[in-house]
Amino acid sequence: MTEARDPLHVDGELLATKKQGAYRLLTIAAPGIPQRFRAGTFVAVSTGEGRLARRALWIHRVKETGAYGPTLDVVVDPTGPGTTWLATRPVGTRLAVTGPLGRPFALPREPVSCVLVGEGHSAAAMFPLAEGLRERSCPVTLVVAAADEAHLLSALEARRSARAVTVVTADGSVGMRGQVAHHLPGILERADADVVYAAGPDATLRAAAAAAESRGAWSQVALERPLTCGTGLCQGCPVPVAGEDGIVRLVRDCIDGPVFRGDRVAWGALA
Amino acid sequence: MSLAWRGGRVMVASGCGGTGRELAAYADLAGLDFVTRSITLDPRPGSPGPRIAETPSGLVNAIGLQNPGLEHFLATELPWLVRAGARVHVSIVGSTLGEHADLARRLSRAPGVSGLEVNLSAPDQAGEGLFETREPFHAASVVAAVRREFSDDRPVLAKLRLDPSRAVETSRLVHEAGATAVVLGNALSAAMPDGRPGGLTGPAVAPVALRCVRDVCAVLPDLPVVAAGGVASPDDARRFLAAGAVAVQVGTALLHDPTTVARIAEALSRGET
Ligand SMILES: Cc1cc2nc3c(=O)[nH]c(=O)nc-3n(C[C@H](O)[C@H](O)[C@H](O)COP(=O)(O)OP(=O)(O)OC[C@H]3O[C@@H](n4cnc5c(N)ncnc54)[C@H](O)[C@@H]3O)c2cc1C
Ligand SMILES: Cc1cc2nc3c(=O)[nH]c(=O)nc-3n(C[C@H](O)[C@H](O)[C@H](O)COP(=O)(O)O)c2cc1C
Ligand code: FES
Repeated sequence: MTEARDPLHVDGELLATKKQGAYRLLTIAAPGIPQRFRAGTFVAVSTGEGRLARRALWIHRVKETGAYGPTLDVVVDPTGPGTTWLATRPVGTRLAVTGPLGRPFALPREPVSCVLVGEGHSAAAMFPLAEGLRERSCPVTLVVAAADEAHLLSALEARRSARAVTVVTADGSVGMRGQVAHHLPGILERADADVVYAAGPDATLRAAAAAAESRGAWSQVALERPLTCGTGLCQGCPVPVAGEDGIVRLVRDCIDGPVFRGDRVAWGALA
Repeated sequence: MSLAWRGGRVMVASGCGGTGRELAAYADLAGLDFVTRSITLDPRPGSPGPRIAETPSGLVNAIGLQNPGLEHFLATELPWLVRAGARVHVSIVGSTLGEHADLARRLSRAPGVSGLEVNLSAPDQAGEGLFETREPFHAASVVAAVRREFSDDRPVLAKLRLDPSRAVETSRLVHEAGATAVVLGNALSAAMPDGRPGGLTGPAVAPVALRCVRDVCAVLPDLPVVAAGGVASPDDARRFLAAGAVAVQVGTALLHDPTTVARIAEALSRGET
């Protein structure tokens, strides 16, 4: 019953690993998964040593690597036991990888102005989205934000995918200083944004949804929760979201999301 | 192997196969014994997050029995599972004997139901407002009420606690009350890191399950026993089968690797001559 859009569970291999500021950029051979990728989807990876919950990672890039065919790049922020395990694996490590998982970003049909906001490691989700939008002739403003320069995903690379790149760091080490949420209304105004996409901490997503709504723009937010299975099996990742009927229900982040309409998330009830 | 058992040897454990659709990407559901998450008469929203925590070789969950209620289940999830060809065992749980009887009656008429699994062992019965089955005769009274309404020869599985001090006695009484088989067992009562009640599952509980399975099989050789608790590999399954179980259920391992059920079933059938 498997269909071409269905996710795959594969025995992958770590092909390359590179330090990128505070992050580790991993290139993974995961046969069949790159071909199914759409921006906003993620992979679930096992991290060994009796850890049963998966670790979710945005698919940052799909690229051709000669002998291996298309491969995946992911950005790992080593903040806890699972991500630290991943960031310290040597090349050649076998990795159980499931993906692509989740509902991708919806792309506009018209070439409308889009602002993409990515904070911290979550900015990884925004680069392939920027490319997809550029192919549709949408003017793209990419906002890359982080606590400091070490946690800023490559702005240089961002410039290849976006018409305009804005950098915001909390400590002001690069770009504008402060919380990205404070700068958003001005950024949306200057870009004359019709659509806002955001990935990052809940507070940033909420601010992006509010800034979009206040100027009548659409927003889509990519919400991160601890995902035990990532595949929709366990109901362990509840997110309160209003349905077509306006009634708020707990849906699953991993399979009903992780991308949601910003105006549908019941932000006050988010646990 | 007991003659009373006609199901497969590898089953999807309750609450670990989603609605079935999510699992279909990784396993062919046709002919697979699929136990649904526990269904209540009325919808339950479940608990707020966080719902699952990791422990060494285990998970603690506090899902709060999130489910759409019987009516919605009958209208959407059941027909889908039946179309996919799964052998559907509907897990039921309720607050009173009457609720269990109601669930059993309506499911006995629903097309495509292969059998029932009565969840007599939710790790936080009091907190969820469920009928409490502290004593074996409480569990047996639920099974009797269900059997009265679900009275043909389709299986009724009684899912029991992993409590080695009560497993044999409870198994005997639920068998006498009409259970076709017992499932040993459910998540162990535990706590989430913040202290809320939860249930511990995964390889961490496997030795407790093995003890219960072994004891019940030794004392009640005519009662089919289905093992559940930490099965993650063909070898785990073989260990339970060797102890006398007629089948195993796979739960937590599916959350770690959604192909586990298909892989274990395949390995067991290859092992046959
Ligand atoms: C869709 C999505 C995409 C993501 N993309 C990225 C990315 O590209 N890069 C990146 O660095 N991070 C990403 N994350 C966040 C990342 O998945 C989490 O930070 C990660 O699970 C952390 O695991 P950890 O063990 O390193 O750390 P911690 O979060 O510090 O773990 C602390 C404790 O929480 C528990 N825990 C952690 N994860 C789970 C879980 N899934 N279920 C149950 N308990 C858990 C464990 O007991 C662990 O010891 C993403 C998250 C989501 C939902
Ligand atoms: C996330 C999760 C949800 C569960 N939901 C139910 C449920 O609704 N009803 C039930 O009887 N058991 C439920 N269980 C228990 C499992 O069916 C199984 O009995 C238990 O997890 C032990 O097996 P395992 O170690 O293979 O997971 C759940 C377990 C988990 C991990
Ligand atoms: S993480 Fe298991 S259902 Fe979402």
